[in-house]
Amino acid sequence: MKYFILIWAGLWRKKVRTLLTIASIVMAFLLFGLLQGINQDIKNGLSDSSNDRLWTTSSAGAFNSMPINLLERIQRLQGVRAIAHVSFFGGYFRDARNSLPALATGVDQLAAVYPELNITRAQIDAMKSTRTGVLIGRPLAEKYGWKVGDKIPVGTTLWTNNEGGNNWIFDVVGIYEAAPKYARTSLGSGFWINYDYWDEARLSDRHRVDQFIIQIDDPRHATAIAGAIDGLFANSSDETRTQTENSAIQSQLKELADIDFIANSIVGAVMFTLLFLTANTMMQSMRERIPEIAVLKTLGFGDGTLCTLVLVESLLLCCFAAALGLLMSAFAIPFVGTALGTRALPPVVILGGVGIAVALAIISALPPALRAQRLNIVDALAVR
Amino acid sequence: MTAIISLKSVTKRYVRGKQPIEVLHRLDMEVEQGEFLSLMGPSGSGKTTLLNLIAGLDHPTDGEVLVAGERIDRLSGTALSRWRARHIGFVFQFYNLLPVLTAQQNVEIPLLLTDLSSAQRKNSARVALELVGLEDRATHKPNELSGGQLQRVSIARALVSDPTLLVCDEPTGDLDRESAGEILKLLQMLHREHGKTLLMVTHDPIAADYASRTLHLDKGSLVVAPLKSVA
Repeated sequence: MKYFILIWAGLWRKKVRTLLTIASIVMAFLLFGLLQGINQDIKNGLSDSSNDRLWTTSSAGAFNSMPINLLERIQRLQGVRAIAHVSFFGGYFRDARNSLPALATGVDQLAAVYPELNITRAQIDAMKSTRTGVLIGRPLAEKYGWKVGDKIPVGTTLWTNNEGGNNWIFDVVGIYEAAPKYARTSLGSGFWINYDYWDEARLSDRHRVDQFIIQIDDPRHATAIAGAIDGLFANSSDETRTQTENSAIQSQLKELADIDFIANSIVGAVMFTLLFLTANTMMQSMRERIPEIAVLKTLGFGDGTLCTLVLVESLLLCCFAAALGLLMSAFAIPFVGTALGTRALPPVVILGGVGIAVALAIISALPPALRAQRLNIVDALAVR
Repeated sequence: MTAIISLKSVTKRYVRGKQPIEVLHRLDMEVEQGEFLSLMGPSGSGKTTLLNLIAGLDHPTDGEVLVAGERIDRLSGTALSRWRARHIGFVFQFYNLLPVLTAQQNVEIPLLLTDLSSAQRKNSARVALELVGLEDRATHKPNELSGGQLQRVSIARALVSDPTLLVCDEPTGDLDRESAGEILKLLQMLHREHGKTLLMVTHDPIAADYASRTLHLDKGSLVVAPLKSVA
């Protein structure tokens, strides 16, 4: 601790350079925190998804519908505990920019396969007694200020009703509160309408659904049951593709982009560049201080002490700036990550950031530290 | 009187390119405790090399270097560092102060290697600055001080740990005549009033006159000047 004065003197020898280096490291770790934070949250979301739920879609693609009567045949298979069907309605509220995650389903079946949504018996009954009913997740209801009893006009370009219009009116019969980990996902912020009402009222694609969600008795049977489901409809006009929920979500994400690869590539490139920047700064700083280091050696400072001082100086610079960057990303992530449901910087990202900062400090300081250690006093003083 | 420095048959050779250069040739020399010795000689005569050997900054190629009762030619790097911290105070031609630190903080640096508390270090630095007449400049940074003041801070830094030997390499080489005179008087005062042993390398015969004895080096060999009376 008594040597801190020397470390501090080394750090602030060139104020502007030190501040610019700190700014670079802060920006790099801000980017690291945001990208890895969102990436990690997506991974956590995947691990939250279940391997004892299967998703069955048309083998022609997730946007191709299947007859609803496949449900009864699937339901009869051994190991199937519950099954629900889901169809995409979409739509928007008032303005096309306010798109809604509206899905049509049988709410009692949905509640059976997704107990995490905490849909109550009373809400199921309310949906059954009100054909135009809609059940809304708390975050979505709060976003638009909806409450039970409201009538919500929903526009759509996909579905024309039997009155020839594209405007649908739904009555809010319940607002559910999903388990916290689902609260800000599309499931927790859902807009669930009655399939039966919608199917009767639409003009096209009737008696068909987009997806079946199957709750099975044991995740270890997932492969066998998925094979059995797809086997049921093999060589028919309605061939299916069945995956665990976890695999299905990963496939869907990969269809959009390999977020993990993109995040790691960007962060990797930034950190690699930062390593050169910091190492160059440390080397430059050390070159300028060769006479001072020679003087310290002359005064009796040992090689090991000087090597340690350079390493600690680098650690202080990198860790302080990295902590600042991570702190900024922790503040920024609730705003930036809202669209993906990310609310907080996961601890694993903070730990990873600290690890990278320490590695960065050591790698960039090692060459100048060794140089300081090996510096020949007589030669260094002769240069002066 | 006791010899505080004793060199026996000291040779120092450097290799520059493929050419070996013998800077000091089988040199014998003794310095008594409490002496103020100046070393003079033309450029390349080996003055600084000799100073570096005595201060434990370099090792001889051959011969014995005994300083403050220790065969320093036998000490390893780490032991030599510790020995320097305990026995040598170094005054450089270009002061070599750390630019970000204040005068007092610069003077405190050698004390960081001791077990003194922060308060003790500060107090010792203050006393050393008083001794060189710069107590009112304690909080000034090097860029706020004149050349003469910088050298005084450098002397305070060399003195602060009360070393056995003060080694000065051209201490007035970067100063005007007036400042140089003040620094030399200060060194003389340290020798006369505080009994410090000083070894000073200089080109300047006027500076050498402040010493109690002057040795002349020429082509790596000593020419001994007559011992002057200490006033």
